Amino acid sequence: MRIELERRPRASALYAVLSPFIALILTVIAGGVMFWLLGKDPVSALYSFFVEPLLDVWSLHEIAIKAAPLILIGVGLSVCYRSNNWNIGAEGQFIMGAIAGSIVPVVFHEWHSPLVLPLMLVFGMIGGALYAAIPAFLKANMNTNEILSSLMLVYIAQLFLDWMVRGPWRSPEAYNFPVTRDFAPEAVLPEILASGRTNLGFVFAIVAAVLIWFMMRYTLKGFEITVLGQSERAGRFAGFSSRRMIWFSMLLSGALAGLAGISEVSGNINKLQPIISPGYGFTAIIVAFLGRLNPLGIIAAGLFLALTYVGGEAVQLTLSVSDKVTRVFQGLLLFFVLSCDTLILYRIRLVFPGRAVPAAHGGAE
Amino acid sequence: MGIVEAILLTVITAATPLVLAALGELVTERAGVLNLGVEGMMIMGAVLAFAATQATGSPYVGILAGIAGGALFSLLFGFLTLTLVANQVATGLALTILGLGISGQIGEAYVGMSGTKLPQIAIPLLSDIPYLGSLLFRQDLIFYMSIALVAGTSWFLFKSRAGLKIRAIGDNHASAHALGIGVIRIRYLAVMFGGACAGLAGAQLSLVYTPQWVENMSAGRGWIALALVVFASWRPWRLLAGGYLFGAVSISQLHAQALGLGIPSQFLSALPYAATVVVLVLISHNRRTTLINTPASLGKPFVPDR
Repeated sequence: MRIELERRPRASALYAVLSPFIALILTVIAGGVMFWLLGKDPVSALYSFFVEPLLDVWSLHEIAIKAAPLILIGVGLSVCYRSNNWNIGAEGQFIMGAIAGSIVPVVFHEWHSPLVLPLMLVFGMIGGALYAAIPAFLKANMNTNEILSSLMLVYIAQLFLDWMVRGPWRSPEAYNFPVTRDFAPEAVLPEILASGRTNLGFVFAIVAAVLIWFMMRYTLKGFEITVLGQSERAGRFAGFSSRRMIWFSMLLSGALAGLAGISEVSGNINKLQPIISPGYGFTAIIVAFLGRLNPLGIIAAGLFLALTYVGGEAVQLTLSVSDKVTRVFQGLLLFFVLSCDTLILYRIRLVFPGRAVPAAHGGAE
Repeated sequence: MGIVEAILLTVITAATPLVLAALGELVTERAGVLNLGVEGMMIMGAVLAFAATQATGSPYVGILAGIAGGALFSLLFGFLTLTLVANQVATGLALTILGLGISGQIGEAYVGMSGTKLPQIAIPLLSDIPYLGSLLFRQDLIFYMSIALVAGTSWFLFKSRAGLKIRAIGDNHASAHALGIGVIRIRYLAVMFGGACAGLAGAQLSLVYTPQWVENMSAGRGWIALALVVFASWRPWRLLAGGYLFGAVSISQLHAQALGLGIPSQFLSALPYAATVVVLVLISHNRRTTLINTPASLGKPFVPDR
């Protein structure tokens, strides 16, 4: 049996909508098989992974808290990927944003003012953008592959954070634990609902997603991003500069990742410590693709991926399965999303040996 | 054994996995396929090699398991990018994320267990040469394999007919297809070779470099291997030089930490990653030479017309 692809005359609108859902169903089935292999009852495991977290208020708040950074980073990455700039170092930009934003509450901890929080957020965005400026500069001016440079910078950022909290910024009151001093109350992002811990970061995420959705859909900039991403040559004829686009998309996604970093630290952790992210910067790549690089889709995708974090913690407690299942789920999901996207542009045909191959010249390539 | 010899030995041990993983990726990229999943295939090789060694007691079975695991895992990438023409960059990332997840899951049972180190094999006569003997001829099997694979791959790519086909596909898949070369079939084989080499590199990590299982023990080496391919401008022998250079950098930072020069250890640990970026910039800033060396179809999808 062979699998052959036949290019559709035009992209299928039906599958463009359906493909993420098919991918989700396939992931859940594969997840059931995985739980079965681990010797657990697949139905009840899947129930406590995907459904139970939706049934109590505390878990819903946890999902919102974890979805916020995923959505913020994911919408930034969607602009990058649409314009063919492969920033995969958002994890590093997240960390650098968190460090830059923490300058105010850690170094100037005796300064109390309502300006503290806005300043932190601005610093966070600048920190993330500056860190993304390195691969942007190297790509735009030195012709250096941004995939590798941005990824290498993640490792460097992680080590830098580790040094900061063990060295210069270690709290004098923390009994040698590698943490900074706790942020003062005015440096903490306020909670937005009376029922739980969800903080303002979630609002930032939704606002950013809607703004970028608007930009992509209704502004010339959005058109420029799409054109340059699909064909640099066509973009040049339209007078668009792919070099400027490198800078624009990288700085934008860096700033959003930085905002996510400082929001997470300020709203959720309230201090810096050696590890501040369970891989949000990498998971956001999955979020961007699951949301089909559409900001509104990314909101939904971010909530779903947040559910996999919370569900992973839940099965760890109830079934004593390792929380590594979360990573497996996330990897599987990206695989299924990418394979289902094939359905949008191609018809898939199974060809069995011994039967005549239909003479189709669908103008492929 | 002198201190210089001891240091050189550690450099060789650190360089071998980089050389192996990069060599596999070099062949894959020569066929026009960009597989960013090296890190994922490597870590799968590491955990499967360790598990098989624990199960059978023989590190040689471990090596086989690492190779087979890497090759099978790469098939997943091959199916998506070659059969379903999915985006190669995104699929490679997916392979890495999935590999890190699955390996963590499998490795859970082996955390903290002491492993079996791959024994050294002294080559008669040659191993008695002063200095050189103990460095190059009293090594483990994977080291010998790495040198043989570099030599063999170089010959294969540039002197054999099949190698010519691979390079033709990588430079222009449409013309190669028109000549009747089975583009997709050969690309599958190239991807699997890349997976097998990455798996072997992973086996070296868990059987030689640090004979135990630690989560995420590949620590970015798969990504450094990707950079090495660019550094070597897609030529196997240059890869050997680049691999040893990077091995030296990562070992020098360990020795500097041991000496305690007053430089924070985190800065020294960041050195190999920073060096990778610097080297990439130096190699690729000349747009013209990059264009000449890069396989022209690299990363581009191919759908055969019938």
